Amino acid sequence: MDASAAKMIGAGIACLGLIGAGIGIGNIFGNYLNGALRNPSAADAQFARVLVGAAFAEALGLFALVIAILILYS
Amino acid sequence: MYQFEINRILKLDVGGLDLSFTNSSLFMVLGVSLICGFLYFAMSGRSLVPGRLQSLAELSYEFIANMVRDNVGTEGMKYFPFVFTLFVFILTLNLLGMMPYSFTVTSHIIVTFALAALVFVVVTAIGFARHGVGFLRLFVPEGVPMVVLPLIVVIELLSYLIRPVSLSVRLFANMLAGHTMMKVFAGFVIALGIAGVAPFIVMVGLTAFEILVAVLQAFIFTVLTCIYLNDAVNLHEH
Repeated sequence: MDASAAKMIGAGIACLGLIGAGIGIGNIFGNYLNGALRNPSAADAQFARVLVGAAFAEALGLFALVIAILILYS
Repeated sequence: MYQFEINRILKLDVGGLDLSFTNSSLFMVLGVSLICGFLYFAMSGRSLVPGRLQSLAELSYEFIANMVRDNVGTEGMKYFPFVFTLFVFILTLNLLGMMPYSFTVTSHIIVTFALAALVFVVVTAIGFARHGVGFLRLFVPEGVPMVVLPLIVVIELLSYLIRPVSLSVRLFANMLAGHTMMKVFAGFVIALGIAGVAPFIVMVGLTAFEILVAVLQAFIFTVLTCIYLNDAVNLHEH
């Protein structure tokens, strides 16, 4: 197997890390909706924190994407 | 990938260092001019009851001031100019990148790393200036049994040192991935000819999403800066 083919396969496998990002973000928003439906008056105050949490979870998925791009282009 | 290329506009070589004025510099200058111009002209009326334009400037001030006060406390307001500058700078650079044929300055890791390194150095310096060597108590949470203390300190130290990395890569990867995806879908629109309506509809949704991400990532960067400032200013006190 030559290097460029291995790079493509490596980049594809590195993208599997985005599964974790999807699960994490879904988890955060699902829990927020759960709580918001029980206590709607307290929901708006916490929305900023939901976005911060989602950004953390998304960041880890994007680290996997960065590794994939690094493998593919260097 | 040509949208991420850096083109020198004015070549300038100072003793081996390449200090050319590039398209990246141009958009940074444009962003700063837009911010300064907007804030100056919006507030030049100075009316007690603000009109529409002045309201916008005052709203942005209030938004960041509330963020700093909520996360750092009233003592943190002395760092408000720094946080406000960070927010409007990143917001403007991100949004300028959404204009067609423009250049996204924050899609380069060196730019986001410079901003994140600045935040890290400033926050650490503030921590040491306020608490002296006692700032290292940040890595020793309360109520930890002596047995696991060495491990906890190492983990806390590592997660502190990873902050500039995660801060910079988050912004960089969001911008890079967003614009790459837009380019790929735009390629589909052209390649499919008449059936290109389907990817075109996706492009409309994607553009809206990317504008949201641009604003959100500026907000996240600023909120995290405030949280790190809170760690440095009020070590573990709540």
